[in-house]
Amino acid sequence: MSLEGSLAVNRFGLGARPGEVARASENPKAWLTGQIAPADQPLAADGTPFKSGAALVGDLLAYRRQRQAMKQANDPDQIKGFFKQQRQVLVDEMSARFDLGFTSARPFSERLVWFWGNHFTISTQNAGTASLAGAYEREAIRPFIAGKFEDMLLAVATHPAMLIYLNNAQSIGPDSRAGQMAKRGLNENFGRELMELYSLGVNGGYSQADVIALARLLTGWSIDAGGAANAGPFARLLQARFTKDDAPADPGLSSGFRYFPNRHEPGTVNLRGKTYPDGFSGGRQAIHDLAHDPATAHFIATKFAVHFIADTPPPASVARLEKTFRDTGGDLGALAAAVVEDPAAWTPGPGKMRAPVEYITAAYRLLDLPQRQNAERQIQAAMQACRLMGQFPMAAPSPKGWPDQSQDWSGADAVLSRIAFARQLSSRLPQNFTIAKVTQLADGALGPRLEAATRSAMAGAGDAGEALALLISSPEFQRR
Amino acid sequence: MDMFRASRRSLLQGLGATTALCLWDAPLKFAFASVPGDRRLVVVILRGAVDGLAAVPPHGDKDYAATRGALALTIDGTAPLHDLDGLFGLHPALANLKSMYDAKELIAFQNICSPYRDRSHFEGQNVLETGSVKPHVISDGWLNRALTPMGLGDGGHALAVAQTPPLLLTGPARATSWMPASLPTPDAAFLARVKLLYAQDAVLSRSLEDALSLQSAAMIASDDPSDKKMGPGNAANLTPLFAGAGRLLSGNDGPRVAVLDISGWDTHINEGAADGALARRLAALDAGLDALKTALGPAWSKTAIVMATEFGRTARPNGSGGTDHGTGGASFLLGGAVAGGHVRAEWTGLSSAALQDGRDQPARSDLRSLFKGVLADHMGVPASALNGTVFPDSANAPTMTGLIRA
Repeated sequence: MSLEGSLAVNRFGLGARPGEVARASENPKAWLTGQIAPADQPLAADGTPFKSGAALVGDLLAYRRQRQAMKQANDPDQIKGFFKQQRQVLVDEMSARFDLGFTSARPFSERLVWFWGNHFTISTQNAGTASLAGAYEREAIRPFIAGKFEDMLLAVATHPAMLIYLNNAQSIGPDSRAGQMAKRGLNENFGRELMELYSLGVNGGYSQADVIALARLLTGWSIDAGGAANAGPFARLLQARFTKDDAPADPGLSSGFRYFPNRHEPGTVNLRGKTYPDGFSGGRQAIHDLAHDPATAHFIATKFAVHFIADTPPPASVARLEKTFRDTGGDLGALAAAVVEDPAAWTPGPGKMRAPVEYITAAYRLLDLPQRQNAERQIQAAMQACRLMGQFPMAAPSPKGWPDQSQDWSGADAVLSRIAFARQLSSRLPQNFTIAKVTQLADGALGPRLEAATRSAMAGAGDAGEALALLISSPEFQRR
Repeated sequence: MDMFRASRRSLLQGLGATTALCLWDAPLKFAFASVPGDRRLVVVILRGAVDGLAAVPPHGDKDYAATRGALALTIDGTAPLHDLDGLFGLHPALANLKSMYDAKELIAFQNICSPYRDRSHFEGQNVLETGSVKPHVISDGWLNRALTPMGLGDGGHALAVAQTPPLLLTGPARATSWMPASLPTPDAAFLARVKLLYAQDAVLSRSLEDALSLQSAAMIASDDPSDKKMGPGNAANLTPLFAGAGRLLSGNDGPRVAVLDISGWDTHINEGAADGALARRLAALDAGLDALKTALGPAWSKTAIVMATEFGRTARPNGSGGTDHGTGGASFLLGGAVAGGHVRAEWTGLSSAALQDGRDQPARSDLRSLFKGVLADHMGVPASALNGTVFPDSANAPTMTGLIRA
């Protein structure tokens, strides 16, 4: 087992499952680059695929259609039942996602999913997106981790979960036919965050006028309401069929997306000094240009380096990643390969703090959890621990996503919570667990990164449970 | 000190005193090296840009109803706003704040903002927390830099109700963090072993030490079993956070400065007026502040609570029944130590000409002036520190006076 093998598994992966460091040590870089391909898809507990985003949007909208009737019938149980069912969709999706993190043989590809999902944050703290979060990651993130940034950006920008989360589904051109009739108008939220958080970065060169311009270009980008749109006084108008010129035939659009010409603000739009045409194609071209802007390359390269290399990555590393992004037209597979090749990513020293979800995942992988006979309960326990530690996938407090600096996860209460988790997880070990076995696990999971202090603390522990809790609490396990 | 020792002793007994001794040695020395003054300062960051025209509605302005449209609050009807001075009021959900105003314990501010003038949440929050003029030029928080001139820089006196302190409280002075919901705390013997493991990791060892120094106080603070119901996922109920902070601050030897970080204000859609999404959030905040007051007990009279947000929002509703990012907004200073019962605003009206860029509520005063006024008169921070390390480049943000009771 080599140091590089341990770094590959811990820094780029999700912490070692039994035997993983040994396998990665044969050729650490090849072990990583071999994983750069579209990510695996989590499956429901019975092994079948989850519902599509379009189908889940259908459920949501069908409910909204019925809600008025339910309210009139004064049937709170029915309303409660719907929310329970929506929550169950989220719990099932997230259970499968956690399970994939615990068991994946392609942990680097999972890390890439987690990175991009957090970059393009949607949050289940917004109740309207809760049932769509799983579909969002499955449909807009996982297929594209080794593809083009533009393709991921387009899938994200047309996914119902994002359109609901940042309110673009309701943004209507004030001078469009729908805007005139319904007295509705622009919502700037998505236009702003699309540039600030998802592409150019806040210093990427845009003004308040550009925020409005992009919001205008994206009016009419909404969700396919299906039959639900037949309700309401302006339904037929808002629904308006595509005209020949407006029908977007782009295969990169997410399912459940629909462009509504009658909601689109008419006229050409000047965005960042360039004129974009009226209609769907204006917004589509803006997405293309934002994806290929040099500011985007810099912003993405910096974030990527911060995540995989260090809180303050060497400028040379950022520059290399930025060049790769630019030279390949935003090829995310090439970007992932470039960070693997970056020497700064292989410095031994103490690495970044694992974020809570990473930390809990690493502990489960160490112990080869969940056990098949207890899987559901153990996955639930992990999810609960994540909530208590203040991080849950796709539930960040703002569209900026979860923070990604060590100091964000190492406050007093945070550290105490992690130690408490380690102790609790280690408190009910099977009878056959011995201190010798824990030491063996430690060597297997950390290889040469296991510190002498931790080794001797484990040896001096009162029992195997305490030895294991010390290992999981140790600095080299807290960090990656 | 005696009270604290007694509680620590009972804690040790609960854990098994022999093994605990070696563990508790160090934190005891560091955390309580000096007895701090008796003033309490709470800073509440309202993250997400609170709609100031909803929180402190200028209902007496001739353009108010027309500008706000469906978002306008009314002084009559089933859920009337609380009038303050004929021009301004408080949102109907802020009933406890109205009582504090009537008791002359609350000042409402209008048309106030940090010096930041663009409309990014994250830059705006950075400026709000660092106390700088521009985003990302200072790497630590103004409240942390103010701890040493307050005489509270030696650790154990500043607390974030969070798992990790926000930027506002990050910096050279030590600050700890606490949350009501947590996993069961491991026994002291085990924690002592972990502490040894952290000898070479400065960050982990410092955080663990800070957590342990607060343990005893936190156990007192957690006496209320309702605290445990509050998980980070239960954002609707802010009361356990505020009540926990209040109990920690109420102790004679506990923390003196606390930060709460409350998000959920980014009302781009269906904001609602007297009731709706924003009203529910304001009601939760109002209930939380009442719980804080109750938990502080006699210490309430020594307390000032300042609440601020990164910027205000557009004066008019946007196209989806919400408001978009703006500039000036509202702010609050409350507490038993506050010389309250008035509204401070350089009010310029809501006509299009008065609005920033024709759209936003404008900013006419600087949040740093408010912060400086509180730090000076409540916490005794000298002007040299206020204008030096705490708020560099703040000469154009004069220190507000008359905020604190003499």
